[in-house]
Amino acid sequence: MFRYLFRRLSFLLLTVVLTSLMIFLVTQWLPGDVCRVVLGREVGEAALQSCRNELGLDQPLPIQYTAWLMDFLRGDWGTAFSTRLPIFPMIFERLRNSMLLTALTLAISIPAAVGLGVAAGLNANKPIDGAISVASLAVVGLPEFVTGLVLIQFFSFGLRELGLPGLPASSSIPSGAPFFQILPMLVLPAMTASLVLLAYIARLTRAGVVEELKQPYVRTAELKGLPRRTVVVKHVLRNAMLPTITVIAISFGWLISGLVVIENVFNYPGLGRLMLFAIDRRDLPLLQAVSMVTVLGYALANLAADLLYAALNPRVRLG
Amino acid sequence: MVSNEPVLQIENLTVAYRQDGTWLEAVRDVSMSIHAGETYGLVGESGSGKTTLALAVMRYLGKNGSIRSGQVFLSGRDLLALSLAEVRQVWGKQIALVPQNPGSALNPTMRIGEQLAESLRHHLGLDPAAARGLANEWFDRVGMADSERVADSYPHQISGGMQQRVLIALALSTDPHLLILDEPTTNLDVTTQAVILERVRELIQLQNTAVLYVTHNLGVVAQVCDRVAVLYAGELVEEASTADLFTQPFHPYTAGLIESVPRLGDTKEFVRLQSIQGSIPALGELPSGCVFRPRCPLAVEICETRPPFFATGVSRKSRCHRWEEILSGAVDPRQGELPGPHGPTSMLQHSASPPRPPEDRTVEANANLRIAALDVHFPVRRPLIDVIRRSPPRAVRAVNRVDLEIAPGQTLGLVGESGSGKTTLARAVMGLVPRTGGEIELLSAPLPERLSQRDLATLRRLQMVFQNPDQAFNPHITIGEALGRTLIRMLGIERSQVKTYVAGLLEAVRLNAEYAGRYPGQLSGGELQRVAIARAFAASPELVICDEPVSSLDVSVQAAILNLIHDLQRQHRNSLLLISHDLAVVGYLADVIAVVYLGHLMEVAPASKLFEPPYHPYTEALLSAIPDVDPTRRGKPIHLVGDIPRPTNIPTGCPFHTRCPRFLGKICVDETPPWQTTPRTKNRIFCHIPVSELAAMQT
Repeated sequence: MFRYLFRRLSFLLLTVVLTSLMIFLVTQWLPGDVCRVVLGREVGEAALQSCRNELGLDQPLPIQYTAWLMDFLRGDWGTAFSTRLPIFPMIFERLRNSMLLTALTLAISIPAAVGLGVAAGLNANKPIDGAISVASLAVVGLPEFVTGLVLIQFFSFGLRELGLPGLPASSSIPSGAPFFQILPMLVLPAMTASLVLLAYIARLTRAGVVEELKQPYVRTAELKGLPRRTVVVKHVLRNAMLPTITVIAISFGWLISGLVVIENVFNYPGLGRLMLFAIDRRDLPLLQAVSMVTVLGYALANLAADLLYAALNPRVRLG
Repeated sequence: MVSNEPVLQIENLTVAYRQDGTWLEAVRDVSMSIHAGETYGLVGESGSGKTTLALAVMRYLGKNGSIRSGQVFLSGRDLLALSLAEVRQVWGKQIALVPQNPGSALNPTMRIGEQLAESLRHHLGLDPAAARGLANEWFDRVGMADSERVADSYPHQISGGMQQRVLIALALSTDPHLLILDEPTTNLDVTTQAVILERVRELIQLQNTAVLYVTHNLGVVAQVCDRVAVLYAGELVEEASTADLFTQPFHPYTAGLIESVPRLGDTKEFVRLQSIQGSIPALGELPSGCVFRPRCPLAVEICETRPPFFATGVSRKSRCHRWEEILSGAVDPRQGELPGPHGPTSMLQHSASPPRPPEDRTVEANANLRIAALDVHFPVRRPLIDVIRRSPPRAVRAVNRVDLEIAPGQTLGLVGESGSGKTTLARAVMGLVPRTGGEIELLSAPLPERLSQRDLATLRRLQMVFQNPDQAFNPHITIGEALGRTLIRMLGIERSQVKTYVAGLLEAVRLNAEYAGRYPGQLSGGELQRVAIARAFAASPELVICDEPVSSLDVSVQAAILNLIHDLQRQHRNSLLLISHDLAVVGYLADVIAVVYLGHLMEVAPASKLFEPPYHPYTEALLSAIPDVDPTRRGKPIHLVGDIPRPTNIPTGCPFHTRCPRFLGKICVDETPPWQTTPRTKNRIFCHIPVSELAAMQT
């Protein structure tokens, strides 16, 4: 187990270092001089030089990279060019928002998807299975902004027309707002994201269940005379969920930073929109910081998945 | 011991599977009964419906299977009338199953102890602590040394033999009325099989259980069962007490099965194996009349028009029209092999000649193949952390210091259990794995290490037949093309001539020339293996390596393949390296036998002499563990303790010392044994015990 953990951690470190290098180099090679972007077109050469000097842009690349990485590790993420605000607190708040949305999305989608997947898998090739497959495919085929708008129509405007308090369609979250105040604003974006994940996880779970049901050990368990429910929950499900767990963890990374469309539809202040904003404004320090946070999010989610996988699978854990 | 009411009674049971919209009857009109304390053997080859019958008794057929007609009673209770919920009450408690392939029959993510304990909690109503305690008790009872540790393990951490013990404990722990054993030892080594069978026999005697023992292995049946039923293509063709069945089979199929198994000590010089021609028909293509008719040496006209019924009035059953003639001795069901469907085999006149007297072929001067001090080790990849810790590198030591020679025209048999390195040795000779040390010479010229370094002439001289014929052919190329490529490349045959040559090759292995146009998927395993043999012998190689050539084939087909290999080898006078886990097979075909254990040679002996003492203690254990096809010879096998050690961690001194029943003491642990030659039989034995003492102990 120790050996396994050691391996996973070294892989994680390697991934983060490599991607940080890529992020650094790509932003270096982007066309356009940072100082010109910051100071505007009309400044003289002297001002540009002093700006470059100040930002360390006249140093050799390896030194610039190390300095940048060290600053990043220290939490000194600099100031955004566009807003002239410190980056760290800005990202921190967006990250918190994104985490909240992610948590709620997973809380909705995992139980629903696993439930549907198991129901479909246990009734493979029966009408129930067909219905679940068709419905989930239909949902996953629709773009998020369509499902988002439909949900808004139903749960926001629709409910209000019935005289009920509809869910908020837009989620401009005031900073420092307590959780219970934010929660209603999270519901619709989380539902939209859940619908995307749902079909995916449900299909994987179904495949896992169908595959495991064919295994001889399931026959052994059945012929022990155990109740069907025990066989399914204790024997089939645990093994069937193994491949699904990896996918859930990877979707965790996507939820944190990849929900650009959904965040836009609901005007939700998450990391995805911040990244879009940084790209839009050519705000390099902000873009680098957001990218690094995203990479860390993916890497940690993967590590969590590997550890969970090992915890559930003795063949990995005990070699 | 045998009470009046049978524990299991099956009446006219017919079971069918649905395939592409039609029902195929996999088991037809089978009746049998098993009493308490009785072990009832159900013998059949693959596709005979024996597992289907066993699962039908448990009413566990899957979605596409159904019981079409008949009745099944368990202690007088009609099993087919039960609801699914009631059947669940029967499972595990009243009928228990020990399946084949113990490795996949245990849940990989659940601890062993819990897999047994959950059943005990459910059926016996025990609390968790009591269930755990009883589970450990059962692990002791089935002979596991460290039951606490086993209970805490996961299936992948224990050996196949241990896994099967767990499943036996699981099945017996609820004291079921009926125990179904479905090929429980088929994938285990003989020494493990012997230990497990004995343990099962003790336990079922203790509990007075009725046992349905499903297997294809006649030796096991002869050793374990009281009564036997023979199943062929879904029909019960014969039933008798074990002694009667083996001394005088009433059905030609049974007779053919028994005769096609080589017995220990049978050699090619004196005994020709009786094979059953053809192969088992597919369920959708059953012949009219008697199902066995197309393969039967005794078939007459009536067999084609009318299905036979069971003979009544005798204490045994035979579904054959001519059973009375067989009983009176008018015809012999073991009557010789009929010429194949394509006429007499003119290419192989040798097969018709009378057995030749044995000649001493071990003294020929120039060896075709010479292996000297061969080592094949595979480095185990070390994790970074071990490199940092500077722990010494480890290796799988598959083949260690092996010296062997094969003379021209001679067959060397290499016997060993799984993990003994015999296949690795063959692969090293073929150039498929790199050597770690040692020399291999072919016709006195050094053989380049890798396949890619060998020239065409060398490739032509060295050919191989693999274990699984269905994996040895490209499924998208016809048999004719596959053979044609070999002919063009190895012999430089003109393209225009290829067709004639291919037909000749097919005829030599007794296949019709029209097989050239078929794809591998359209051939049975036995037919494909014939093609593989044709391919290997096509270029008259000096050495053919056969790696378990018959172990994936049905018993009735095995004999024909062994005969074929023997005939071709005689014809071509080439050398043969025959690798098998089956001592009887090796003993039958080989001139010299080498016994390997953990990659070390233990004994090298002329085939006719291996079966008489003195022998190496490991050979002794192997020989005693093989179940004899003669039920009157139920010997007590020598038990080897523990499992075969891992090849990464081969014991010091004599590699067999950890399990040797004749272990001497310190010398076996510390010193490499000497090679001794027995004075009379010229066996070479790798052991510290002087051969005179071995001889005294073993007689």
